[in-house]
Amino acid sequence: MTLGLINANPVVQAKKERLVRTQEDQYRDDGVDPLDIYEYVRDIRDPEHPYTLEQLSVLSEESVTVDDKLDRILIKFTPTVQHCSMATIIGLCLRAKLNERLPLHYKVDILVSPGSHADEDSVNKQLNDKERVAAAMENPNLRQLVDECIFSDEI
Amino acid sequence: MKLDLVEVQKLEGHSARVWNVAWNPAAAGVLASCSADKTVRIWEQSSLSRSWSCKAVLEGTHTRTVKSCAWSPSGKLLATASFDGKTCVWENFATDSECVSVLQVHESEVKSVSWNASGSLLATCGRDKSVSIWEIQPEDECYCVAMLLGHSEDVKMVQWHPTMDLLFSCSYDNTIIKVWWCEDEYGDYDCVQTLSESNNGHSSTVWVISFNAAGDRMVTCSDDRTVKIWGTDIKRMQSGEGYVPWTHLCTLSGSHDRAIYSVHWSRDGIIASGAGDDTIQLFVDSDSDSVVEPAYKLLLKKEKAHTTDINSVQWAPDKESRLLASASDDQTVKIWKLVSEP
Repeated sequence: MTLGLINANPVVQAKKERLVRTQEDQYRDDGVDPLDIYEYVRDIRDPEHPYTLEQLSVLSEESVTVDDKLDRILIKFTPTVQHCSMATIIGLCLRAKLNERLPLHYKVDILVSPGSHADEDSVNKQLNDKERVAAAMENPNLRQLVDECIFSDEI
Repeated sequence: MKLDLVEVQKLEGHSARVWNVAWNPAAAGVLASCSADKTVRIWEQSSLSRSWSCKAVLEGTHTRTVKSCAWSPSGKLLATASFDGKTCVWENFATDSECVSVLQVHESEVKSVSWNASGSLLATCGRDKSVSIWEIQPEDECYCVAMLLGHSEDVKMVQWHPTMDLLFSCSYDNTIIKVWWCEDEYGDYDCVQTLSESNNGHSSTVWVISFNAAGDRMVTCSDDRTVKIWGTDIKRMQSGEGYVPWTHLCTLSGSHDRAIYSVHWSRDGIIASGAGDDTIQLFVDSDSDSVVEPAYKLLLKKEKAHTTDINSVQWAPDKESRLLASASDDQTVKIWKLVSEP
């Protein structure tokens, strides 16, 4: 565990106003709405700072794309700094939160936004190796940190 | 004549994703499955009803996900590899399954375990980037005889060759498949070949290696969504000529659109693959007229074989039954039969 924060001075945006979704907006019988997915993840707390991933601009509505026909979800997130070692933790949080909420047959791919991380390929590979993710989530310390981040809005 | 893969039975019981299945090579209709629920289940086929039921649950020994299981060639022992860093050897399934040996050498998760053809050696591999070889002595005592370093990343699988004591390992380390051999009488294993992207190898993590019955062909599958076939002149090696390198023969791509987690070559020459696209696919030698380039073709694609990712596929060891077992993230094991429809 590093003693200093990776990014001691993050840029924090004000909490975004929630769009009030009408009945018509919410009714869709043809697959999942990217904005629904965004709702699940926007309030995940950053592992280092007491702000949400949305407030730190790690995530935005544009982060989520959905392939309705194949039930595949792609999330691209932007770590706050190029050498962010929290990138893999953030990725695990995203996956854990979605695993909780989505039916089993959805496929989720999680990537860092192109150009946003010095070890982009290496981070992306780790985040999408199902076996590595499963093993990491069995580590009690890591699991606890992830749970704190994903359930923070419910505390 | 049309072929189809028909679902014979769905085996339920595991409470988390099932990572691996293994048919007992000596006892017909017996298979083992292992899971993230930390247990291993032994399933047996009833001689009366012909359906499978769970005969034993091996639990309490592994404290984390059990990733891989493999029967000894005699069918009397089962080795299990776990994220808890231990590899266990079990016996006495008819009465009271007992863990008779615990092998501990890896520093982190163990990913795979494999027996050699004679059952005298066991190989394991894991996230610590190493491959270990164990000798099985009488009274099931196991001794670590080699620790092989050479991979630069997590080693996903080890697989002994079906006829010779050649060990193959594949990895997360962008493509590498390594071949290990002990040429001298001192018992030192060396890496005699590395198959990487530059040898027409995979461009991402290689998950599984499987051999044909003759041992002159090998099939591999990867995160790169392709299946590759490799070959060698094994007869030359068997006649004592020294190491004969493997070469790439064929790449099958375009039919799976997610990572391919498992591939297995049947005794009668059919390759089965299982992937993250929820499909099971079968491939065969296309018997093309080309002498220069062997070609394989897609025989059958089973869509939505499971509700989600398939982690393991394995053909039953006999030639007649044409049974295939599959294990999935949907927590089930399925038994399939390859049938011909007129």
